[in-house]
Amino acid sequence: MGRTFAFAAVMLAGASVLAQESQPPFGLGRPATAAELRDSLVGPDGEDLPDGSGTATDGKEVFSARGCTTCHGPTGTEGPSVSLVGGQVSTFSNYWPISHWPFAPSIWDYIHRVMPYDRPGLLTVDETYAVTAFLLYRNGIIGEDDVMDAGTLPTVQMPHRDDYKMPAPWTPDTRRGFEIVPAQ
Amino acid sequence: MSHTKPGRRRFLKKSAAAAGLVASSPALALAAASASAEAPAPTAVDNNSLESVLYGQRSRFVTTTREIEGRSHSRTPLTRPVPQRPSARTPLAELVGMITPTSLHFTTQHYYGIPDINPDEHTLMIEGMVERPLVFTMDELRRLPFVSRIGFLECIGNRPNPRATTVTGTHGRMGCSEWTGVPLSVLLQEAGLKNGAHWIIAEAADGSRHTKSVPLAKALDDVLVAYGQNGEPVRPDHGFPLRLVVPGFEGVYNVKWLRRIKVVDQPYLSFQEHSRFLTPNPKTQRDSYDFGPSSVITRPSGSQQLPETGPYVITGLAWSGGGAVRRVEVSTDGGRTYQEAELAGPVLPKAHTRFYLPWRWNGEEAMLQSRCLDEKGQLQPTEAEYARYWNLTRGELYGTIQSQLGHCNWQQPWKVDTDGKVTNGLAPTAVVVDVHG
Repeated sequence: MGRTFAFAAVMLAGASVLAQESQPPFGLGRPATAAELRDSLVGPDGEDLPDGSGTATDGKEVFSARGCTTCHGPTGTEGPSVSLVGGQVSTFSNYWPISHWPFAPSIWDYIHRVMPYDRPGLLTVDETYAVTAFLLYRNGIIGEDDVMDAGTLPTVQMPHRDDYKMPAPWTPDTRRGFEIVPAQ
Repeated sequence: MSHTKPGRRRFLKKSAAAAGLVASSPALALAAASASAEAPAPTAVDNNSLESVLYGQRSRFVTTTREIEGRSHSRTPLTRPVPQRPSARTPLAELVGMITPTSLHFTTQHYYGIPDINPDEHTLMIEGMVERPLVFTMDELRRLPFVSRIGFLECIGNRPNPRATTVTGTHGRMGCSEWTGVPLSVLLQEAGLKNGAHWIIAEAADGSRHTKSVPLAKALDDVLVAYGQNGEPVRPDHGFPLRLVVPGFEGVYNVKWLRRIKVVDQPYLSFQEHSRFLTPNPKTQRDSYDFGPSSVITRPSGSQQLPETGPYVITGLAWSGGGAVRRVEVSTDGGRTYQEAELAGPVLPKAHTRFYLPWRWNGEEAMLQSRCLDEKGQLQPTEAEYARYWNLTRGELYGTIQSQLGHCNWQQPWKVDTDGKVTNGLAPTAVVVDVHG
């Protein structure tokens, strides 16, 4: 019960933060710049995708021009790193094929922020759209000439989207199911 | 580690020169005298060296180290043209108390090496569904109210495992530290939450830009933006200069090298988040938040040897993401009967709790195992109870990678043979798959 009340108090404190005229209690930290905010994370709905575009045809060129081929091979299947085309999820591997990602904008986000590992953020916005289109095309999810941009990418239907169970809300008092409650 | 040796040799040369300047120090004079009488082995630690004075060292007779994992968490680590660093486990059997020495605390590396971050240049951005997107320097973070909290940190890869020969092999992917930092709720209040916010996404500054979705309710409850670990700055392999600490949650939530918090309305289910929410086996598709009640005996444990019959203590660690440990029970007969163990030292929520049970070994075969009851009244299951609860076969328990199985908190038995040899008490299985396998 104590936890419940403590949690309620936190939520009330949170609610007071929501007031429009809220003031920062300490006033530390500088405002983020427009440039910093433009270079944000992109979520499943693709709401924060920037302006730009690309097709699979463009992406094939970018893929080799930007050195993606070093790890993934000329067409994304030859390695030495994981194949980016096809593949299955299995119970005995961490390997997660691109076609099993639930949201297409997440693929854009990952390529843009993380790839390549030794120079993350190397690809321009247009190049990222192009490589994303190339990989979606190679996985048979979009057409070769489909233009990927902030409008079209979020509408791409990933084949395994409906297999996913979205996480349930968390509260401190919820039992998780990883515990066996003793029989009374 | 071999790469530290040149630096150490350089330092020893320097300290030898320095010794001449402080020859009046009795301790150093004594050291010098004994050195001339009998030249120490080059690898021996000099307890009286300036190096020891400046930064304490353990006895040269104590040589416990972390245990390197078979390979990194990545599928293809050996072929990537990027820095490599293997993951490593905590040598649990050699440790006492509840705090894991930072040098021995496990580390799991995801896909990229450890970044070399200048704290004077490092910043943390709070953005997304906030009224005031803000960027904090490390100095500004140190000017905010802080808390210290002792808590365990565990990788989802921990699992009782019939193939493991030691407790480091079954449970070495965990540690317990005092974490010091700013409550995330303080930073979110500085930025001002907007209506509709339900999750935060934390992003790392390393090459893999690890991101993880954390429920906002948890972020406001007890999540820390930590700059301190066991009284000193968080070390590079634990996230220097800044990391997220999400008490009781799976290790992957505790984003190291933290550089951004984005407040959002829905979880991202991005890389490193997929596997629990879509698996080929729907029985293992479940939420993956805080760990259930767990415990393991660290002594006597696998690969140890009881030298003779007589008195011993059975000791180990208990913990739960659900809160404090209420009780630990130890069985010496494979779970037929249990006795309540003593809790030795602080019993803190979501922290390792050290327990022991005095035990007299009479030379007969024994099967030692422990179970934890937490403050929510949740009891740690046996392997059979766990399998029955989730409707999984034994083959599925060990043939499913841990990141899809969820928290594997069943009891780990250690078998004491009549000759005093201690081995893994779990029945053998044909297949065991592992996240690092």
